[in-house]
Amino acid sequence: MSQYLINHWGLYPPLVQTLMAMLAASLVLSVIAGGSVVFIWMERKIAGRIQDRLGPTRVGGKFGWLQTLADGIKLLAKEDLSPGGADAFLFKIAPYVAFCASYGSFIALPFATGWVGLDINVAVFFVVAVLGLEVFGVILAGYASASKWSLFGAMREAAQVISYEVPLGLCVVIPVMISGTMDLTKIGNLQAGWFTNWYLFHDPFTFIAFFVFYTCSLASVNRAPFDLAEAESELVAGFHTEYSGLRWSFFFMAEYGSMFLVSALGSILFLGGWNGPFPLAQWIFGQHASELTGFSFVIANLLGLIVFMSKAVGGVTVMIWIRWTFPRLRIDQVITTCWKYCTPIAAVMFLGVMSWQLFGLPSGGDLVPYHHQGIRRLPSAVREGAFGRVDVLPAQKNLTVHSQQRLSTAADVATGSPLETPVRVVRDRKED
Amino acid sequence: MNEINGHAVLFLFFGLLTCLFSLAVVFSANIVRMAFYLILALAATAGLHFLAGADFVGAMQLVLYVGGTLVLLVFGVMLTAQNPFISLRTAAGDWVVAALVGGILLVILIPVAFQVGLPPTEDSLLDGRADREAIASTEPVSVPTATRIGLGLLGVPGDDVSGYLLPFEIISIHLLVVLVGAAYLARAKRRVATSAPRGEVGGAES
Repeated sequence: MSQYLINHWGLYPPLVQTLMAMLAASLVLSVIAGGSVVFIWMERKIAGRIQDRLGPTRVGGKFGWLQTLADGIKLLAKEDLSPGGADAFLFKIAPYVAFCASYGSFIALPFATGWVGLDINVAVFFVVAVLGLEVFGVILAGYASASKWSLFGAMREAAQVISYEVPLGLCVVIPVMISGTMDLTKIGNLQAGWFTNWYLFHDPFTFIAFFVFYTCSLASVNRAPFDLAEAESELVAGFHTEYSGLRWSFFFMAEYGSMFLVSALGSILFLGGWNGPFPLAQWIFGQHASELTGFSFVIANLLGLIVFMSKAVGGVTVMIWIRWTFPRLRIDQVITTCWKYCTPIAAVMFLGVMSWQLFGLPSGGDLVPYHHQGIRRLPSAVREGAFGRVDVLPAQKNLTVHSQQRLSTAADVATGSPLETPVRVVRDRKED
Repeated sequence: MNEINGHAVLFLFFGLLTCLFSLAVVFSANIVRMAFYLILALAATAGLHFLAGADFVGAMQLVLYVGGTLVLLVFGVMLTAQNPFISLRTAAGDWVVAALVGGILLVILIPVAFQVGLPPTEDSLLDGRADREAIASTEPVSVPTATRIGLGLLGVPGDDVSGYLLPFEIISIHLLVVLVGAAYLARAKRRVATSAPRGEVGGAES
């Protein structure tokens, strides 16, 4: 598209670059803003149903689906207050810090093959890193509010987030280890085919690891039963006690944005991302979306987008469901859950998956044979092109080469023990 | 590409941001604001890393310095935020020492910066690529760095590349020992203080 603008419209390349960047940025922004409008409405309806009420019913017709919008207008009209003893500058900037962290991590999140704001090579790492910065918004808000409630909330949040980054990181490493890349687009595409190819069903360890990941992601986005930073029954509203109006709504946009983000991340890492439970696009077009071009690529990607969005929204729905059915944990229980349960379980799962890979045990994907480029089994170093050897191999497309080449798997590198591994090598599609 | 390069403009922008926020750290007196400006300065530095194509180092910067060290720093500041510490006034002697140290560092860094030479441009990175025309001037060139860093760190078995696996393991064990020691110290102290440790929140409620 950008090339089209340059060639046919004769636009100045940096201008086109800027335009494309703005387009991508506004698309991502609309996902967060539009998403939070929908999720807040969903939260109210689901909460209502769980508590045997109806939830909003009047605004916007039948299901009260315009309720969030009405609330948004109300929030816009509210006065922008700042408490007397507050550090006004930090108080005002804290919601933006929280929002920017949530927004920033969306940059590297792919929504379908190639549909990503910025396709960086270490996308997993980037998303987890930037998402971890959201805690600063909360801490600064809690500190700058000059309120005991806020400070308590912020201190709990800090302790909680620092703790839960450890098991979360361990769980994120597991799909990275299986796929051998930190590129989210590649991780998603490696799970193409039947649902047995999803890393959730790769082996028993990944199955458990997914649930540990989901628990830790709940804690890291500060949702019930880990919402101690807000804890409305003890701390009034926790870190955002003193906030109102637009700044308050920025905190909520950040929260719902992060909820969507961790659900989307989990769906890419464990649930196949934009690949449905069965290879529908391949039946229609004969190939996976990553190999298609032109119109059929767009259609296949749109299918993938729908699948991806339903998985991510499903994850958010479960978060809402959990919030309205589970009681809140105490701070010591939160820390206990992290250090005594989540971290050891995640570590054991990590070791389990590592040995599963090392001994080459059959994965779930072997149940239903699916020959998509064969890159699923390739060790990382080969796929990333770190060795020149791959290029020497025959380059015929879709040709399976049973090669006894001595290749270093990720597990080899980790354990330092060279291992003769027979690896099924198929010429990788052209990438990077 | 001698015209205005979007990449170069962004690089200059992030460089300026880094300098501005670093100066703000030095000139603000409130310790929490200092920490906040330090967050921004380090985040802008991470942006510089990303623009330079070192995406792994950039993400590492965010995780370690911004996400790890500074959260702990702000946490510590919040716990100890008393009036004498919250507002820091620099004494005249400290200014002299700081200027001396900073000046020495600057004297070392400036010749190094000029020795490195110009960074590789997009043109040189794109040389020899078949799809050169398609990606030139619209998309930044992404060179995968994480794999190379990982293999360089651990070494490739069978190849002549000698890694740093042994030092890496020694440091890991060392850190583990430190963590166990820290946990032991923290635990022993608490056992003396209260006989039955319970959660602060639960205690307040009951």
